[in-house]
Amino acid sequence: MSLAADAGAPVGALELTGISKQFGAVRALDDVSFTARSGSVHALLGENGAGKTTLMRIAYGLLRPDGGSLRLFGEKVDDHSVRRAVHAGMGMVHQHLSLVPSLTAVENFVLGRRGIFRPRDVSRELIALSERAGLRVDPGTTVRELSIVEQQRLEILKAPAGGARILILDEPTSGLAPAEIEELLRWIRGFASGGGTVVLVTHRLREALEVADDITVLRRGRVAHVAHGVSDAAGTRPSTEELARTIFPETLEAAPPTPMTPSAGETVVELAGVTLTDARGVIRVRSATLSARRGEIVGVAAVEGSGHRELLRAMAGLLQPSDGRVTLPQRIALVPADRLRDALIGEFTLVENVALRGAGTRRGLMPWESLAQTTDALIERYDIVAPSAAVPARALSGGNQQRLVIARELSGELDLVVADDPTRGLDFRASAFVHGRLRDVAARGAAVVVHMSDLDELLSLATRMIVAFHGAVREVPPVRDAVGRAMLGGE
Amino acid sequence: MTLWLQPADVVQLFDAFWRGSVGTASAFFSGTLVRAIPLALIGVGISIAFRAGVFNIGGEGQLLLGAVAATIVGLHLDTSAIIMIPAALVAAAVGGAAWAGVAAFLRARFGVLEVISTIMLNFIAANLVSYLVRGPLQEPTRVYPQTEIIATAARLPRLWPTTRLHAGIVLALVVALAAWWLLARTAPGFRLRAAGASATAATVAGRIDVARVSFGALVMSGALAGLAGGIEVSGVTYALYENLSPGYGFSAIAVAILARLHPARVLLAALLFAVLETGALGMQRDAGVPSVVALALEAGIILVVVAFQRQRA
Repeated sequence: MSLAADAGAPVGALELTGISKQFGAVRALDDVSFTARSGSVHALLGENGAGKTTLMRIAYGLLRPDGGSLRLFGEKVDDHSVRRAVHAGMGMVHQHLSLVPSLTAVENFVLGRRGIFRPRDVSRELIALSERAGLRVDPGTTVRELSIVEQQRLEILKAPAGGARILILDEPTSGLAPAEIEELLRWIRGFASGGGTVVLVTHRLREALEVADDITVLRRGRVAHVAHGVSDAAGTRPSTEELARTIFPETLEAAPPTPMTPSAGETVVELAGVTLTDARGVIRVRSATLSARRGEIVGVAAVEGSGHRELLRAMAGLLQPSDGRVTLPQRIALVPADRLRDALIGEFTLVENVALRGAGTRRGLMPWESLAQTTDALIERYDIVAPSAAVPARALSGGNQQRLVIARELSGELDLVVADDPTRGLDFRASAFVHGRLRDVAARGAAVVVHMSDLDELLSLATRMIVAFHGAVREVPPVRDAVGRAMLGGE
Repeated sequence: MTLWLQPADVVQLFDAFWRGSVGTASAFFSGTLVRAIPLALIGVGISIAFRAGVFNIGGEGQLLLGAVAATIVGLHLDTSAIIMIPAALVAAAVGGAAWAGVAAFLRARFGVLEVISTIMLNFIAANLVSYLVRGPLQEPTRVYPQTEIIATAARLPRLWPTTRLHAGIVLALVVALAAWWLLARTAPGFRLRAAGASATAATVAGRIDVARVSFGALVMSGALAGLAGGIEVSGVTYALYENLSPGYGFSAIAVAILARLHPARVLLAALLFAVLETGALGMQRDAGVPSVVALALEAGIILVVVAFQRQRA
């Protein structure tokens, strides 16, 4: 792991002291101190809006704090900036990867650098760096054709030119298969034992406990809990439950487990030999045959790009098959993966967003008054935090936007619910809410088909499991190992 | 060009602008208001298209086709005004709608960007008018490149006998308010706004046929520009000729944007633009400012207004 520079004594590589940050009337961070030691992995946990990302943006020089100080390798930094951060060997890999899909790996690698470079030289540089770091990436492949894992590797390599010493990884395991997650976590450990420093921002407690030396929990902009030496054998390791309690001091009601053998009813959705093609004419799903019955929660597991997105779109009636037969029921609800692109219109009010459902077939005048009443009722029933139903959807937090989508889609009588990663970016509490609602509609007699990027979460919810891999779809026993293997094409 | 330096000249300039636009009853009613009518009608149409996410730059061409259609009705139909006027205006709206329909078809069938196709259709329309007024529709003496004067029964009545203000202003008001109501209150209007605000959310969450909504919005927008052309012929020019429109179709785009695509606000923006244009013409006439300077000044004022508005937004 020569990617990390040699570090002497385990000093604080990244030290933030008494950081405060205010956004308008909101106190995002209040006197937060955070130290990531050289040669260690530090997990940063907290619910949505706890201030994790804000803190890391300050550390990386993307945001200026209102108060507090920052030290890099013991040296006080007064006017911090991204340039200073990169110069000090800091790299940040965002949750949403920021690569240009149409450019090759090596073109993305040099993107943002100044001056003139010879393609052969930078290719060689990328290859050398990737060998040293133990992260394989083919320089000539366009990013569009790289898997999520390879894209992530490229991001890590790209982060600070010349080798990273401090890496900030924001939710790096989302969208990965279990084996891929393990490989990444192993790499993170190796990087740290070679003297590097990793800050792992995550809401997956299991991962944090598996890989982290230190854990900091943020809650509402303050440090709620710090644990050092978690990985030592000293026995200070907190349990998942203990950690969850520090993140959510309000008692977490345990979600009732989904009955494994529900009284499944009639078949409401059926795909027979269905082939699906995307907008560019590429076949994404090949002769898929599957069905779902009332009362079932069918989990669809897959790594990014396996064709599961297209499969769900077809089941929602949004994608016509190029071959085969799709039988769909009348009343379908859809919870899409990308809220602000597919489910909500940011500048429309909450009432208008509620009115969106069924807008395609509505006739005559818009019944704005009754729609406003419906919206108020949904806000009440689904605990949506909003100043009023007349504010634009964009003004809501991500969790509340998702509640609005769930409220709109899942109210009323339904035959089929298609949910594509409905808990993406949500914290435990918001996720638990979504799980509850999905179990509810299944219990009320709808078939639920759901994909989640977190396999454990999906397994806890689903009554049956389907795995998509390279466009092939098959049913797999709902067991972690079997599903994990199938996600990577294994038997 | 030394007029910029002399305070007295500046006063004279303002005076000319004032008298040309709103300073006298005749300037206001016969000039400014008459000019605001097509700007308002086309501006409402463009607002509808833009709200649906369709960038109709072809108001000028659609206006010309409307003018052609109204002229043909006005020249060849021979009955009472009660039938003639509506027939001419309906023909005009159909003409404009059909012209926009070409772009809408190209967009739906071949994915041709409407920004390109509507501009091209503007050129074709202008040349079509040139051909018509020198060929099939030329006046009988074959001297002037224009049509014969349309029948009296096809002319819009004047609201005020001493001015040139015609009944078209009532239509413009009704159309603007109807468009407002359509967008705010009706299901098709809501679909249109949703399709324009987010085609993906409209498709996925609303199950809205976005292609169909865009087609309809572009055609409707063309119908209103065509109507404006018909009203120009039957209320102002009484004949078809080249340069019938001093670029109404283009100014109306700025009108719509200034009004932030709100049909009722389009009325005010259209009035403002009409004031600027007649004022500029007044400066040319009374203060001897070359027309290019007057037009550049007008464009400058528009830029300042739009920039100021953007800043506040």
